[in-house]
Amino acid sequence: MEVTPLHIAFAAFSVLTLGGGFGVVTSRNLIHAALFLIVALFGVAGYLVLLEAPFLAAVQVLVYIGAIAVVVIFAVMLTRSVAGTNQVTHTNQWLLAVITAIALLVMLGFVLLNQFGTVDAPLGAVPEDSVELLGRQLVSPNAFVLPFEVASVLLLAALIGAVVVARE
Amino acid sequence: MLEFLRDIFTGINGALDVLLSEALNLPPAAVLGIQNLLGVMVVSGFGLVLVIFTIWIERKVAGRMQDRFGPNRVGPYGLFQSVADALKMISKETITPDGADVVVYNIAPLLAVIAVLAIWAVVPFARTAIGTDLSIGALYFVAVSGLGTLAVIMAGWSSNNKYALLGAFRAVAQLISYEVPLILMLLVPVLLAGSMRMNEIVQAQSIWFVVMAPIPALVFFISNQAETGRTPFDLLEAESEIVAGYHVEYSGMMFGMFMLSEFLHSFTISALVATLFFGGWRGPGAASIPTLGFVYFMAKTFLIYFVTMWVRFTVPRIRIDQLMAFNWKFLVPVSLATMVVIPLVDKIAREIRIGGAPIYTVPDLATLQNMTALESIRVSLPRAGVLLVTNLVLGLVVFAILAQAARRQREAFEAGLEAEPAAAGAGD
Repeated sequence: MEVTPLHIAFAAFSVLTLGGGFGVVTSRNLIHAALFLIVALFGVAGYLVLLEAPFLAAVQVLVYIGAIAVVVIFAVMLTRSVAGTNQVTHTNQWLLAVITAIALLVMLGFVLLNQFGTVDAPLGAVPEDSVELLGRQLVSPNAFVLPFEVASVLLLAALIGAVVVARE
Repeated sequence: MLEFLRDIFTGINGALDVLLSEALNLPPAAVLGIQNLLGVMVVSGFGLVLVIFTIWIERKVAGRMQDRFGPNRVGPYGLFQSVADALKMISKETITPDGADVVVYNIAPLLAVIAVLAIWAVVPFARTAIGTDLSIGALYFVAVSGLGTLAVIMAGWSSNNKYALLGAFRAVAQLISYEVPLILMLLVPVLLAGSMRMNEIVQAQSIWFVVMAPIPALVFFISNQAETGRTPFDLLEAESEIVAGYHVEYSGMMFGMFMLSEFLHSFTISALVATLFFGGWRGPGAASIPTLGFVYFMAKTFLIYFVTMWVRFTVPRIRIDQLMAFNWKFLVPVSLATMVVIPLVDKIAREIRIGGAPIYTVPDLATLQNMTALESIRVSLPRAGVLLVTNLVLGLVVFAILAQAARRQREAFEAGLEAEPAAAGAGD
Protein backbone atom coordinates (compact mmCIF):
# COMPACT_ATOMS: atom_id res chain seq x y z
CA MET A 1 0.00 0.00 0.00
CA GLU A 2 1.79 3.10 -1.19
CA VAL A 3 1.60 6.27 0.84
CA THR A 4 -0.31 8.84 -1.19
CA PRO A 5 -0.91 12.44 -0.13
CA LEU A 6 -4.42 11.29 0.74
CA HIS A 7 -2.98 9.02 3.42
CA ILE A 8 -0.81 11.80 4.76
CA ALA A 9 -3.79 14.14 4.92
CA PHE A 10 -5.82 11.44 6.65
CA ALA A 11 -3.08 10.94 9.20
CA ALA A 12 -2.85 14.68 9.84
CA PHE A 13 -6.57 15.04 10.39
CA SER A 14 -6.55 11.95 12.60
CA VAL A 15 -3.90 13.55 14.78
CA LEU A 16 -6.02 16.68 15.01
CA THR A 17 -9.21 14.83 15.89
CA LEU A 18 -7.75 12.32 18.33
CA GLY A 19 -5.39 14.83 19.88
CA GLY A 20 -8.19 17.32 20.27
CA GLY A 21 -10.44 14.72 21.80
CA PHE A 22 -7.74 13.62 24.20
CA GLY A 23 -7.11 17.23 25.14
CA VAL A 24 -10.79 17.82 25.86
CA VAL A 25 -11.01 15.05 28.45
CA THR A 26 -7.64 15.49 30.11
CA SER A 27 -7.36 19.26 30.18
CA ARG A 28 -7.42 20.85 33.62
CA ASN A 29 -8.60 24.21 32.36
CA LEU A 30 -12.17 24.30 31.15
CA ILE A 31 -11.54 26.93 28.50
CA HIS A 32 -8.64 24.88 27.19
CA ALA A 33 -11.01 21.93 26.98
CA ALA A 34 -13.42 24.01 24.88
CA LEU A 35 -10.57 25.07 22.58
CA PHE A 36 -9.39 21.47 22.21
CA LEU A 37 -12.97 20.62 21.25
CA ILE A 38 -12.67 23.16 18.46
CA VAL A 39 -9.50 21.45 17.24
CA ALA A 40 -11.28 18.09 17.27
CA LEU A 41 -14.25 19.49 15.33
CA PHE A 42 -11.84 20.96 12.81
CA GLY A 43 -10.34 17.50 12.35
CA VAL A 44 -13.81 16.10 11.65
CA ALA A 45 -14.31 18.84 9.04
CA GLY A 46 -11.07 17.65 7.47
CA TYR A 47 -12.41 14.09 7.31
CA LEU A 48 -15.50 15.37 5.54
CA VAL A 49 -13.33 17.07 2.95
CA LEU A 50 -11.41 13.84 2.38
CA LEU A 51 -14.73 12.04 1.88
CA GLU A 52 -15.60 14.47 -0.93
CA ALA A 53 -18.37 16.20 1.02
CA PRO A 54 -17.15 19.82 0.95
CA PHE A 55 -20.58 21.24 1.70
CA LEU A 56 -20.79 19.26 4.94
CA ALA A 57 -17.26 20.29 5.86
CA ALA A 58 -18.07 23.98 5.41
CA VAL A 59 -21.32 23.59 7.35
CA GLN A 60 -19.42 21.74 10.09
CA VAL A 61 -16.98 24.62 10.49
CA LEU A 62 -19.73 27.21 10.21
CA VAL A 63 -22.19 25.63 12.64
CA TYR A 64 -20.06 23.66 15.06
CA ILE A 65 -17.02 25.87 15.34
CA GLY A 66 -18.52 29.24 14.46
CA ALA A 67 -21.69 28.92 16.52
CA ILE A 68 -21.83 25.97 18.90
CA ALA A 69 -18.25 26.18 20.14
CA VAL A 70 -18.64 29.93 20.67
CA VAL A 71 -21.80 29.33 22.72
CA VAL A 72 -20.02 26.63 24.73
CA ILE A 73 -17.18 29.03 25.48
CA PHE A 74 -19.64 31.75 26.46
CA ALA A 75 -21.45 29.35 28.78
CA VAL A 76 -18.18 28.26 30.39
CA MET A 77 -16.97 31.81 30.81
CA LEU A 78 -20.20 33.14 32.25
CA THR A 79 -20.91 30.34 34.70
CA ARG A 80 -17.51 29.50 36.12
CA SER A 81 -14.92 31.43 38.05
CA VAL A 82 -12.48 33.07 35.71
CA ALA A 83 -9.46 31.36 37.27
CA GLY A 84 -10.84 27.95 36.43
CA THR A 85 -7.72 25.88 36.60
CA ASN A 86 -7.21 22.70 38.58
CA GLN A 87 -10.54 21.23 37.67
CA VAL A 88 -10.88 17.64 38.73
CA THR A 89 -10.21 15.54 35.65
CA HIS A 90 -11.44 12.17 36.79
CA THR A 91 -13.83 10.60 39.27
CA ASN A 92 -12.99 7.59 41.42
CA GLN A 93 -14.55 5.19 38.91
CA TRP A 94 -11.92 5.92 36.35
CA LEU A 95 -10.63 2.35 36.16
CA LEU A 96 -14.03 0.99 35.17
CA ALA A 97 -14.39 3.74 32.60
CA VAL A 98 -10.99 2.92 31.06
CA ILE A 99 -11.86 -0.79 30.87
CA THR A 100 -15.19 -0.01 29.20
CA ALA A 101 -13.55 2.33 26.70
CA ILE A 102 -10.88 -0.23 25.79
CA ALA A 103 -13.50 -2.95 25.41
CA LEU A 104 -15.51 -0.71 23.09
CA LEU A 105 -12.39 0.12 21.08
CA VAL A 106 -11.50 -3.55 20.67
CA MET A 107 -15.05 -4.46 19.61
CA LEU A 108 -15.39 -1.64 17.08
CA GLY A 109 -11.88 -2.15 15.77
CA PHE A 110 -12.50 -5.86 15.25
CA VAL A 111 -15.72 -5.26 13.32
CA LEU A 112 -14.30 -2.45 11.19
CA LEU A 113 -11.02 -4.14 10.36
CA ASN A 114 -12.82 -7.34 9.52
CA GLN A 115 -15.16 -5.67 7.07
CA PHE A 116 -13.12 -2.82 5.64
CA GLY A 117 -9.58 -3.59 6.68
CA THR A 118 -7.98 -3.70 3.25
CA VAL A 119 -10.40 -1.58 1.24
CA ASP A 120 -9.70 2.05 0.46
CA ALA A 121 -12.75 4.28 0.14
CA PRO A 122 -13.58 4.53 -3.56
CA LEU A 123 -12.87 8.03 -4.87
CA GLY A 124 -15.17 9.50 -7.45
CA ALA A 125 -18.17 7.64 -6.05
CA VAL A 126 -19.67 10.96 -4.96
CA PRO A 127 -21.47 12.69 -7.86
CA GLU A 128 -20.24 16.08 -8.98
CA ASP A 129 -23.44 17.93 -8.15
CA SER A 130 -23.88 16.41 -4.71
CA VAL A 131 -25.01 19.71 -3.18
CA GLU A 132 -27.84 20.06 -5.66
CA LEU A 133 -28.88 16.46 -5.03
CA LEU A 134 -28.83 17.13 -1.29
CA GLY A 135 -31.03 20.16 -1.81
CA ARG A 136 -33.50 18.22 -3.89
CA GLN A 137 -33.64 15.44 -1.30
CA LEU A 138 -34.42 17.96 1.41
CA VAL A 139 -37.48 19.34 -0.34
CA SER A 140 -38.69 16.34 -2.30
CA PRO A 141 -41.96 14.85 -0.99
CA ASN A 142 -40.60 11.34 -1.58
CA ALA A 143 -37.47 12.00 0.42
CA PHE A 144 -36.77 14.09 3.48
CA VAL A 145 -39.08 17.07 3.34
CA LEU A 146 -41.05 16.01 6.42
CA PRO A 147 -38.05 15.62 8.76
CA PHE A 148 -36.69 18.87 7.32
CA GLU A 149 -39.87 20.78 8.15
CA VAL A 150 -40.14 19.20 11.58
CA ALA A 151 -36.54 20.20 12.31
CA SER A 152 -37.35 23.75 11.21
CA VAL A 153 -40.34 23.89 13.55
CA LEU A 154 -38.13 22.57 16.36
CA LEU A 155 -35.54 25.28 15.73
CA LEU A 156 -38.29 27.91 15.64
CA ALA A 157 -39.61 26.66 18.99
CA ALA A 158 -36.10 26.80 20.45
CA LEU A 159 -35.62 30.36 19.16
CA ILE A 160 -38.92 31.56 20.60
CA GLY A 161 -38.21 29.76 23.87
CA ALA A 162 -34.82 31.45 24.13
CA VAL A 163 -36.38 34.87 23.57
CA VAL A 164 -39.11 34.17 26.15
CA VAL A 165 -36.63 32.95 28.74
CA ALA A 166 -34.37 35.93 28.14
CA ARG A 167 -37.19 38.40 28.61
CA GLU A 168 -37.94 37.32 32.14
CA MET B 1 5.14 38.53 -25.55
CA LEU B 2 1.75 39.99 -26.27
CA GLU B 3 0.20 36.60 -25.59
CA PHE B 4 1.98 36.52 -22.25
CA LEU B 5 0.65 39.97 -21.37
CA ARG B 6 -2.82 39.08 -22.46
CA ASP B 7 -3.08 36.32 -19.90
CA ILE B 8 -0.34 36.84 -17.31
CA PHE B 9 -1.66 34.17 -15.01
CA THR B 10 -1.65 31.29 -17.46
CA GLY B 11 1.68 32.56 -18.81
CA ILE B 12 3.38 32.48 -15.42
CA ASN B 13 1.83 29.13 -14.59
CA GLY B 14 3.04 27.65 -17.85
CA ALA B 15 6.53 29.05 -17.40
CA LEU B 16 6.68 27.63 -13.87
CA ASP B 17 5.51 24.27 -15.15
CA VAL B 18 8.25 24.19 -17.77
CA LEU B 19 10.85 25.30 -15.26
CA LEU B 20 9.96 22.69 -12.67
CA SER B 21 9.26 19.68 -14.80
CA GLU B 22 11.79 20.06 -17.58
CA ALA B 23 14.60 22.25 -16.37
CA LEU B 24 14.72 20.69 -12.91
CA ASN B 25 13.31 17.28 -13.88
CA LEU B 26 11.06 16.86 -10.86
CA PRO B 27 8.38 14.17 -10.67
CA PRO B 28 4.85 15.46 -11.40
CA ALA B 29 3.70 15.09 -7.79
CA ALA B 30 6.52 17.33 -6.60
CA VAL B 31 5.78 19.83 -9.38
CA LEU B 32 2.16 19.98 -8.28
CA GLY B 33 3.15 20.33 -4.65
CA ILE B 34 5.57 23.17 -5.35
CA GLN B 35 3.05 24.93 -7.59
CA ASN B 36 0.40 24.70 -4.89
CA LEU B 37 2.80 25.97 -2.26
CA LEU B 38 3.80 28.92 -4.41
CA GLY B 39 0.14 29.61 -5.14
CA VAL B 40 -0.64 29.71 -1.43
CA MET B 41 2.25 32.05 -0.79
CA VAL B 42 1.25 34.36 -3.64
CA VAL B 43 -2.41 34.54 -2.60
CA SER B 44 -1.65 35.24 1.06
CA GLY B 45 1.28 37.49 0.25
CA PHE B 46 -0.90 39.52 -2.10
CA GLY B 47 -3.25 40.41 0.73
CA LEU B 48 -0.48 41.13 3.19
CA VAL B 49 1.47 43.38 0.82
CA LEU B 50 -1.64 45.16 -0.37
CA VAL B 51 -2.66 46.02 3.19
CA ILE B 52 0.37 48.28 3.52
CA PHE B 53 -0.92 50.22 0.55
CA THR B 54 -4.51 50.25 1.76
CA ILE B 55 -3.55 51.57 5.19
CA TRP B 56 -1.79 54.46 3.46
CA ILE B 57 -4.85 55.09 1.28
CA GLU B 58 -7.09 55.00 4.32
CA ARG B 59 -5.08 57.60 6.18
CA LYS B 60 -4.74 59.87 3.18
CA VAL B 61 -8.45 59.73 2.39
CA ALA B 62 -9.21 60.29 6.07
CA GLY B 63 -7.04 63.36 6.01
CA ARG B 64 -8.57 64.79 2.88
CA MET B 65 -12.11 64.20 4.08
CA GLN B 66 -11.24 65.92 7.34
CA ASP B 67 -9.72 68.91 5.50
CA ARG B 68 -6.13 68.09 6.31
CA PHE B 69 -3.29 66.41 4.48
CA GLY B 70 -2.79 63.05 6.08
CA PRO B 71 0.71 61.61 6.29
CA ASN B 72 3.04 63.47 3.95
CA ARG B 73 6.41 63.44 5.68
CA VAL B 74 7.65 59.88 5.39
CA GLY B 75 8.53 59.39 1.75
CA PRO B 76 6.81 61.03 -1.23
CA TYR B 77 3.20 61.76 -0.30
CA GLY B 78 3.70 59.78 2.89
CA LEU B 79 3.88 56.46 1.07
CA PHE B 80 6.22 54.85 3.56
CA GLN B 81 4.14 55.78 6.59
CA SER B 82 2.81 52.23 6.94
CA VAL B 83 6.33 50.88 6.77
CA ALA B 84 7.35 53.25 9.54
CA ASP B 85 4.34 52.13 11.60
CA ALA B 86 5.17 48.48 11.05
CA LEU B 87 8.79 49.03 12.07
CA LYS B 88 7.67 50.85 15.20
CA MET B 89 5.32 48.05 16.11
CA ILE B 90 7.90 45.35 15.53
CA SER B 91 10.42 47.11 17.72
CA LYS B 92 8.01 47.42 20.64
CA GLU B 93 8.19 45.01 23.52
CA THR B 94 5.40 42.43 23.51
CA ILE B 95 4.25 42.29 27.12
CA THR B 96 2.39 39.24 28.32
CA PRO B 97 0.14 40.30 31.20
CA ASP B 98 0.50 38.65 34.55
CA GLY B 99 -1.83 35.68 34.88
CA ALA B 100 -2.63 35.55 31.19
CA ASP B 101 -3.04 32.24 29.48
CA VAL B 102 0.14 32.26 27.42
CA VAL B 103 -0.74 29.77 24.68
CA VAL B 104 -4.19 31.18 23.95
CA TYR B 105 -2.86 34.74 24.30
CA ASN B 106 -0.34 34.13 21.54
CA ILE B 107 -2.59 32.17 19.22
CA ALA B 108 -5.45 34.70 19.16
CA PRO B 109 -3.81 37.33 16.91
CA LEU B 110 -2.61 34.62 14.53
CA LEU B 111 -6.10 33.19 14.27
CA ALA B 112 -7.48 36.64 13.55
CA VAL B 113 -5.11 37.05 10.59
CA ILE B 114 -5.65 33.45 9.39
CA ALA B 115 -9.42 33.92 9.35
CA VAL B 116 -9.04 36.87 6.98
CA LEU B 117 -6.26 35.56 4.73
CA ALA B 118 -8.06 32.27 4.15
CA ILE B 119 -10.89 34.19 2.45
CA TRP B 120 -8.53 35.24 -0.34
CA ALA B 121 -8.33 31.63 -1.51
CA VAL B 122 -11.75 31.83 -3.19
CA VAL B 123 -11.65 35.38 -4.56
CA PRO B 124 -11.63 35.32 -8.37
CA PHE B 125 -9.12 37.86 -9.64
CA ALA B 126 -9.65 37.14 -13.33
CA ARG B 127 -11.12 34.46 -15.51
CA THR B 128 -8.05 32.29 -15.17
CA ALA B 129 -6.83 33.43 -11.76
CA ILE B 130 -8.44 32.14 -8.63
CA GLY B 131 -6.81 30.56 -5.59
CA THR B 132 -8.99 27.49 -5.67
CA ASP B 133 -12.36 27.24 -7.39
CA LEU B 134 -14.23 25.49 -4.60
CA SER B 135 -17.67 24.19 -5.41
CA ILE B 136 -18.81 25.81 -2.16
CA GLY B 137 -17.00 29.12 -2.54
CA ALA B 138 -19.63 31.37 -1.01
CA LEU B 139 -20.21 29.06 1.96
CA TYR B 140 -16.48 28.74 2.58
CA PHE B 141 -16.26 32.51 3.00
CA VAL B 142 -18.86 32.49 5.77
CA ALA B 143 -17.35 29.47 7.50
CA VAL B 144 -13.92 31.07 7.63
CA SER B 145 -15.29 34.36 8.95
CA GLY B 146 -16.59 32.39 11.92
CA LEU B 147 -13.01 31.65 12.92
CA GLY B 148 -12.46 35.37 13.36
CA THR B 149 -15.17 35.44 16.03
CA LEU B 150 -13.25 32.76 17.88
CA ALA B 151 -10.07 34.82 17.79
CA VAL B 152 -11.90 37.72 19.47
CA ILE B 153 -13.11 35.56 22.34
CA MET B 154 -9.72 33.97 22.80
CA ALA B 155 -8.06 37.38 22.90
CA GLY B 156 -10.55 38.81 25.36
CA TRP B 157 -10.47 35.89 27.73
CA SER B 158 -6.76 35.17 27.77
CA SER B 159 -5.84 38.74 28.68
CA ASN B 160 -6.87 38.20 32.30
CA ASN B 161 -8.58 41.58 32.22
CA LYS B 162 -12.24 42.18 33.01
CA TYR B 163 -12.52 45.02 30.53
CA ALA B 164 -11.02 42.94 27.77
CA LEU B 165 -13.50 40.18 28.54
CA LEU B 166 -16.45 42.56 28.50
CA GLY B 167 -15.20 44.08 25.27
CA ALA B 168 -14.85 40.60 23.79
CA PHE B 169 -18.41 39.69 24.80
CA ARG B 170 -19.82 42.78 23.15
CA ALA B 171 -17.68 42.22 20.08
CA VAL B 172 -18.79 38.62 19.69
CA ALA B 173 -22.42 39.60 20.25
CA GLN B 174 -22.13 42.11 17.43
CA LEU B 175 -20.26 39.72 15.14
CA ILE B 176 -22.59 36.75 15.49
CA SER B 177 -25.69 38.93 15.30
CA TYR B 178 -24.69 40.48 12.00
CA GLU B 179 -23.81 37.11 10.51
CA VAL B 180 -27.54 36.41 10.12
CA PRO B 181 -28.40 39.07 7.51
CA LEU B 182 -24.95 38.51 5.98
CA ILE B 183 -25.58 34.85 5.24
CA LEU B 184 -29.16 35.45 4.14
CA MET B 185 -28.14 38.11 1.67
CA LEU B 186 -25.16 36.06 0.52
CA LEU B 187 -27.70 33.50 -0.65
CA VAL B 188 -29.20 35.95 -3.15
CA PRO B 189 -26.30 35.99 -5.65
CA VAL B 190 -25.97 32.24 -5.14
CA LEU B 191 -29.63 31.95 -6.02
CA LEU B 192 -29.46 34.24 -9.03
CA ALA B 193 -26.38 32.49 -10.39
CA GLY B 194 -27.51 28.97 -9.51
CA SER B 195 -24.17 27.95 -8.08
CA MET B 196 -21.92 28.56 -5.10
CA ARG B 197 -18.73 28.64 -7.14
CA MET B 198 -17.31 32.14 -7.16
CA ASN B 199 -16.25 31.92 -10.79
CA GLU B 200 -19.73 30.85 -11.87
CA ILE B 201 -21.31 33.65 -9.86
CA VAL B 202 -19.10 36.12 -11.73
CA GLN B 203 -19.79 34.51 -15.10
CA ALA B 204 -23.55 34.65 -14.54
CA GLN B 205 -23.47 38.42 -14.13
CA SER B 206 -24.01 39.61 -17.67
CA ILE B 207 -26.10 42.21 -15.88
CA TRP B 208 -24.57 43.00 -12.50
CA PHE B 209 -26.46 41.55 -9.57
CA VAL B 210 -26.57 44.97 -7.91
CA VAL B 211 -29.06 45.95 -10.63
CA MET B 212 -31.09 42.81 -10.18
CA ALA B 213 -31.02 42.91 -6.39
CA PRO B 214 -30.08 46.30 -4.91
CA ILE B 215 -31.62 45.67 -1.50
CA PRO B 216 -29.62 42.49 -0.86
CA ALA B 217 -26.50 44.33 -2.02
CA LEU B 218 -27.16 47.14 0.44
CA VAL B 219 -27.95 44.83 3.35
CA PHE B 220 -24.89 42.70 2.54
CA PHE B 221 -22.71 45.82 2.51
CA ILE B 222 -24.11 47.05 5.84
CA SER B 223 -23.74 43.65 7.51
CA ASN B 224 -20.17 43.47 6.30
CA GLN B 225 -19.43 46.87 7.78
CA ALA B 226 -20.64 45.51 11.09
CA GLU B 227 -18.73 42.26 10.68
CA THR B 228 -15.45 44.01 10.10
CA GLY B 229 -16.03 46.52 12.86
CA ARG B 230 -16.03 49.66 10.72
CA THR B 231 -17.84 52.82 11.67
CA PRO B 232 -20.67 53.25 12.34
CA PHE B 233 -20.26 49.89 14.07
CA ASP B 234 -16.77 50.32 15.45
CA LEU B 235 -17.76 50.19 19.09
CA LEU B 236 -15.47 47.20 19.42
CA GLU B 237 -12.23 49.06 19.21
CA ALA B 238 -12.87 52.74 19.58
CA GLU B 239 -10.50 54.22 22.09
CA SER B 240 -13.19 56.06 23.99
CA GLU B 241 -15.22 52.90 24.45
CA ILE B 242 -14.35 50.14 26.86
CA VAL B 243 -10.65 51.10 26.74
CA ALA B 244 -9.91 49.66 23.30
CA GLY B 245 -11.91 46.51 23.86
CA TYR B 246 -10.61 43.00 23.52
CA HIS B 247 -7.07 43.87 22.47
CA VAL B 248 -6.28 46.25 25.30
CA GLU B 249 -3.56 44.02 26.74
CA TYR B 250 -1.76 43.44 23.45
CA SER B 251 1.27 45.45 22.43
CA GLY B 252 3.83 45.44 19.69
CA MET B 253 3.43 43.17 16.73
CA MET B 254 0.58 41.14 18.26
CA PHE B 255 -1.49 44.29 18.36
CA GLY B 256 -0.19 44.93 14.86
CA MET B 257 -1.68 41.58 13.84
CA PHE B 258 -5.11 42.64 15.07
CA MET B 259 -4.88 45.94 13.22
CA LEU B 260 -3.66 44.13 10.12
CA SER B 261 -6.55 41.69 10.25
CA GLU B 262 -9.04 44.51 10.62
CA PHE B 263 -7.78 46.54 7.66
CA LEU B 264 -7.31 43.47 5.53
CA HIS B 265 -10.79 42.24 6.43
CA SER B 266 -12.26 45.52 5.28
CA PHE B 267 -10.44 45.28 1.95
CA THR B 268 -11.36 41.61 1.55
CA ILE B 269 -15.00 42.45 2.10
CA SER B 270 -14.82 45.09 -0.60
CA ALA B 271 -13.36 42.47 -2.94
CA LEU B 272 -16.22 40.11 -2.11
CA VAL B 273 -18.92 42.73 -2.60
CA ALA B 274 -17.35 43.53 -5.96
CA THR B 275 -17.33 39.86 -6.88
CA LEU B 276 -20.82 39.00 -5.73
CA PHE B 277 -22.75 42.08 -6.76
CA PHE B 278 -20.68 44.20 -9.10
CA GLY B 279 -19.54 41.61 -11.58
CA GLY B 280 -16.08 40.83 -10.23
CA TRP B 281 -13.66 40.83 -13.11
CA ARG B 282 -16.31 41.40 -15.75
CA GLY B 283 -16.09 44.35 -18.06
CA PRO B 284 -15.73 45.11 -21.76
CA GLY B 285 -13.11 42.75 -23.12
CA ALA B 286 -12.40 41.00 -19.85
CA ALA B 287 -13.51 37.56 -20.96
CA SER B 288 -10.86 37.33 -23.65
CA ILE B 289 -8.14 39.37 -21.92
CA PRO B 290 -7.82 38.09 -18.35
CA THR B 291 -5.25 40.72 -17.42
CA LEU B 292 -7.83 43.38 -18.19
CA GLY B 293 -10.25 41.47 -15.97
CA PHE B 294 -7.79 41.77 -13.11
CA VAL B 295 -7.61 45.53 -13.66
CA TYR B 296 -11.41 45.82 -13.58
CA PHE B 297 -11.57 43.73 -10.42
CA MET B 298 -9.05 45.89 -8.59
CA ALA B 299 -10.77 49.07 -9.77
CA LYS B 300 -14.14 47.90 -8.47
CA THR B 301 -12.65 46.72 -5.19
CA PHE B 302 -10.92 50.01 -4.57
CA LEU B 303 -14.07 51.94 -5.44
CA ILE B 304 -16.11 49.98 -2.92
CA TYR B 305 -13.31 50.34 -0.38
CA PHE B 306 -13.50 54.08 -0.98
CA VAL B 307 -17.23 54.00 -0.22
CA THR B 308 -16.42 52.09 2.97
CA MET B 309 -13.93 54.76 4.00
CA TRP B 310 -16.35 57.51 2.98
CA VAL B 311 -18.98 56.11 5.32
CA ARG B 312 -16.39 55.69 8.04
CA PHE B 313 -15.30 59.30 8.06
CA THR B 314 -18.79 60.72 7.73
CA VAL B 315 -21.08 58.90 10.12
CA PRO B 316 -20.91 58.87 13.93
CA ARG B 317 -20.75 55.73 15.97
CA ILE B 318 -23.91 54.00 17.17
CA ARG B 319 -24.35 52.49 20.64
CA ILE B 320 -24.37 48.78 21.32
CA ASP B 321 -28.10 48.67 22.04
CA GLN B 322 -28.91 50.71 18.95
CA LEU B 323 -26.65 48.36 17.02
CA MET B 324 -28.47 45.26 18.25
CA ALA B 325 -31.89 46.81 17.74
CA PHE B 326 -30.92 47.81 14.22
CA ASN B 327 -29.89 44.27 13.43
CA TRP B 328 -32.66 42.25 14.99
CA LYS B 329 -35.53 44.63 14.41
CA PHE B 330 -34.63 45.94 10.98
CA LEU B 331 -31.98 44.03 9.06
CA VAL B 332 -33.13 40.51 9.90
CA PRO B 333 -36.81 41.06 9.00
CA VAL B 334 -35.79 42.85 5.80
CA SER B 335 -33.41 40.02 4.88
CA LEU B 336 -36.01 37.37 5.63
CA ALA B 337 -38.62 39.22 3.59
CA THR B 338 -36.19 39.66 0.70
CA MET B 339 -35.14 36.03 0.93
CA VAL B 340 -38.75 34.95 0.59
CA VAL B 341 -39.91 37.45 -2.02
CA ILE B 342 -37.07 37.34 -4.54
CA PRO B 343 -37.03 33.58 -5.19
CA LEU B 344 -40.82 33.54 -5.23
CA VAL B 345 -41.03 36.26 -7.87
CA ASP B 346 -38.22 34.67 -9.84
CA LYS B 347 -39.91 31.29 -9.87
CA ILE B 348 -43.37 32.66 -10.66
CA ALA B 349 -42.05 34.76 -13.51
CA ARG B 350 -40.37 31.71 -14.95
CA GLU B 351 -43.52 29.61 -14.73
CA ILE B 352 -46.36 31.84 -15.91
CA ARG B 353 -46.80 31.79 -19.63
CA ILE B 354 -47.81 34.76 -21.74
CA GLY B 355 -48.72 33.64 -25.23
CA GLY B 356 -47.07 30.27 -24.76
CA ALA B 357 -43.66 31.50 -23.64
CA PRO B 358 -42.54 32.41 -20.12
CA ILE B 359 -41.56 35.98 -19.32
CA TYR B 360 -37.96 34.96 -19.30
CA THR B 361 -35.81 31.88 -19.13
CA VAL B 362 -32.49 31.72 -17.42
CA PRO B 363 -29.93 30.10 -19.73
CA ASP B 364 -27.36 27.90 -18.07
CA LEU B 365 -23.78 29.03 -17.92
CA ALA B 366 -22.53 27.12 -20.93
CA THR B 367 -24.96 28.80 -23.31
CA LEU B 368 -24.43 32.13 -21.59
CA GLN B 369 -20.73 31.98 -22.26
CA ASN B 370 -21.22 31.24 -25.93
CA MET B 371 -23.34 34.32 -26.48
CA THR B 372 -21.85 37.67 -27.26
CA ALA B 373 -21.94 40.31 -24.57
CA LEU B 374 -24.91 42.24 -25.99
CA GLU B 375 -26.83 39.03 -26.61
CA SER B 376 -26.36 37.86 -23.02
CA ILE B 377 -27.42 41.28 -21.70
CA ARG B 378 -30.52 41.18 -23.88
CA VAL B 379 -31.42 37.75 -22.56
CA SER B 380 -31.00 38.78 -18.92
CA LEU B 381 -32.76 42.12 -19.29
CA PRO B 382 -36.36 40.95 -18.56
CA ARG B 383 -35.17 39.13 -15.46
CA ALA B 384 -33.27 42.19 -14.28
CA GLY B 385 -36.33 44.36 -14.88
CA VAL B 386 -38.69 42.10 -12.96
CA LEU B 387 -36.33 41.68 -10.01
CA LEU B 388 -35.47 45.39 -9.89
CA VAL B 389 -39.16 46.27 -9.72
CA THR B 390 -39.62 43.68 -6.97
CA ASN B 391 -36.78 45.22 -4.99
CA LEU B 392 -38.18 48.71 -5.42
CA VAL B 393 -41.61 47.59 -4.24
CA LEU B 394 -40.00 45.88 -1.25
CA GLY B 395 -38.04 49.04 -0.50
CA LEU B 396 -41.21 51.15 -0.64
CA VAL B 397 -43.00 48.77 1.72
CA VAL B 398 -40.08 48.94 4.16
CA PHE B 399 -40.08 52.72 4.00
CA ALA B 400 -43.83 52.83 4.58
CA ILE B 401 -43.52 50.62 7.67
CA LEU B 402 -40.62 52.71 8.98
CA ALA B 403 -42.56 55.94 8.35
CA GLN B 404 -45.55 54.61 10.26
CA ALA B 405 -43.39 53.54 13.18
CA ALA B 406 -41.69 56.94 13.18
CA ARG B 407 -45.03 58.73 13.12
CA ARG B 408 -46.26 56.70 16.07
CA GLN B 409 -43.10 57.47 18.00
CA ARG B 410 -43.35 61.17 17.20
CA GLU B 411 -46.98 61.33 18.29
CA ALA B 412 -46.21 59.53 21.53
CA PHE B 413 -43.34 61.93 22.18
CA GLU B 414 -45.46 65.00 21.46
CA ALA B 415 -48.25 63.65 23.62
CA GLY B 416 -45.74 63.25 26.39
CA LEU B 417 -44.55 66.83 25.88
CA GLU B 418 -48.09 68.18 25.99
CA ALA B 419 -48.88 66.26 29.15
CA GLU B 420 -45.88 67.75 30.95
CA PRO B 421 -46.78 71.48 30.93
CA ALA B 422 -50.34 70.52 31.88
CA ALA B 423 -49.06 68.45 34.78
CA ALA B 424 -46.65 71.22 35.79
CA GLY B 425 -49.47 73.76 35.61
CA ALA B 426 -51.77 71.56 37.71
CA GLY B 427 -49.08 70.93 40.27
CA ASP B 428 -48.36 74.64 40.94
